[in-house]
Amino acid sequence: MSALTRYATLFVGGAITFTLLAMALLSRVWTPAPPTQIRISQRLAPPLEAGLLGADHFGRDIASMLMVGAWNSLSIAFVAVLLGMAAGVLLGTLAAAWRGWAEEVVMRLADVTFAFPAVLSAIMIAALIGPGVTTAVIAIGVFNIPVFARIARGAALQVWKRDYILAARSAGKGALLITLHHVLPNIAGLLVVQATIQLALAVLTEAGLSFLGVGVPPPNPSWGRMLSDSQTYLSQAPHLAILPGLAIALAVLGLNMLGDGLRDVMDPKLRRKR
Amino acid sequence: MILLLLRRLGSLVVTLLLASLAIFLVLEVLPGDPAAIMLGTEAREDTLAALRQQMGLERPPHERYFDWLTGLLSGNFGLSMTYRVPVSELVVERLAVTLPLAILAILISTLLAIPLGVIAAANHEGLADRGVMLFSQVGVAVPNFWIGLLLILFFSSYLGWFSAGGFPGWAAGVTTALKALLLPAVALALPQAAILARVTRSSVLEILGEDFVRTARAKGLTRRVTLRRHVLRNALIPVVTVMGMQFSFLVAGAILVENVFTLPGLGRLLFQAMSQRDLIVIKDVVLFFAALVILVNFLVDLTYAWLDPRLRQSR
Repeated sequence: MSALTRYATLFVGGAITFTLLAMALLSRVWTPAPPTQIRISQRLAPPLEAGLLGADHFGRDIASMLMVGAWNSLSIAFVAVLLGMAAGVLLGTLAAAWRGWAEEVVMRLADVTFAFPAVLSAIMIAALIGPGVTTAVIAIGVFNIPVFARIARGAALQVWKRDYILAARSAGKGALLITLHHVLPNIAGLLVVQATIQLALAVLTEAGLSFLGVGVPPPNPSWGRMLSDSQTYLSQAPHLAILPGLAIALAVLGLNMLGDGLRDVMDPKLRRKR
Repeated sequence: MILLLLRRLGSLVVTLLLASLAIFLVLEVLPGDPAAIMLGTEAREDTLAALRQQMGLERPPHERYFDWLTGLLSGNFGLSMTYRVPVSELVVERLAVTLPLAILAILISTLLAIPLGVIAAANHEGLADRGVMLFSQVGVAVPNFWIGLLLILFFSSYLGWFSAGGFPGWAAGVTTALKALLLPAVALALPQAAILARVTRSSVLEILGEDFVRTARAKGLTRRVTLRRHVLRNALIPVVTVMGMQFSFLVAGAILVENVFTLPGLGRLLFQAMSQRDLIVIKDVVLFFAALVILVNFLVDLTYAWLDPRLRQSR
């Protein structure tokens, strides 16, 4: 793989992610039209006839809804992955530091949590506290815990084998300090790369949850619910089904490419020879 | 080997027990009064009392948990609040849709991904390789429920070849039933195939660099025979692992895709149970799905040890 194609992945992924992020942030202060404004005269208008991307079954401006949807999707994904990463890295590095039964317990719990895909736990939580942002964040966050616990433990175990850890131990440093001063800085790069990829997965999952109606509640726009609403008007207004899907796919593609690109650049040893 | 099998079996049982305990804690202990959640705030006191009685809520949690487990083992899954029928009947009925759907999806994704991966690896850095990598990159980014919508849009709204959803039942004939499952299975299979193709490709590439491949080529075997006889067999080990790891995504995908195509499967049952807050059905079906994921991963682990004898001792 040449240097050019290697940076191309990083560049394209970064550009897509940046554009999306910019749209999401812009939606906080400006959208072409108010995203919840109902305009019956514009009902199901195709792209360019009402606004840039047309209007939905309530005549709401699709471009504006997609922008706010980007904010909702990215912020939920970000918070969920951050929480999952914090808990997972804590558990994983402690398991590597303490070994023994603590490690066994953490890894067994990771196995169990792995059996609950976010959609499954979201349905359980939604049955108790109803749908909403909290439900989505908890469900996606919980699924991220075992992912990061496993990766952090694996990487931390490698660091613990190094000579400078031995030096630190003989200097009297405890397991916690060693984890903080030596292990975490050494595995941070790997964790950032993984977080980017998990972010992509989280965007995909959030879309699925709001498609099922357990995510962001209406009238706050979300990509998943836009798709679910589009089903009724599939043959009349196909753009309703196509545009939000494109937004999701583009977001996931961008984040995935950014993650791949980061990995290739940051860690030459992990570089895909493929 | 037997010792390893016993140890794995032990950890399987522990994992299953922990999963069931987690579900029980979330659905029956955390909410305080599950009956109040199921019936809503406007429920009458006597209906509430009747449901509490049916669910045995007056007894301590550990007894209820134990009863639930023994009930499950003897095939008694409890009575659905909304359907008024045993949950076991519902599960069996809905499984007749979900199981064939999952098998069909796995079949399609494997039949698509393995040839694609091998072709890509055999033409490393060539046009076919780039094409497969592009397919894989895009395929993992596309949500399966959106593929479902696009398939309906094209094959049912536009071409009119398929119905937009629903399931006629197996009584309508195997071909009719399979036809209703084809589009949903494709929607489920495409993202899976994208991942599997990539794994197959890199795994084949890795094996192609091994010494025994050079030996096989040196003794005069053609590229094709070497690929089939020596490379593919070895390259499939990581592919099987990833298929196992992907299974939980297949379960999640089935819940979504069944809703797109209004298929009366387990996923849709779970979704409807959530809307009706039928915690009894949710408890059983969630455990069913989680247990399926755990079991599949256990089987993959065993297959792994069987395919690669080196792993039998080292773990």
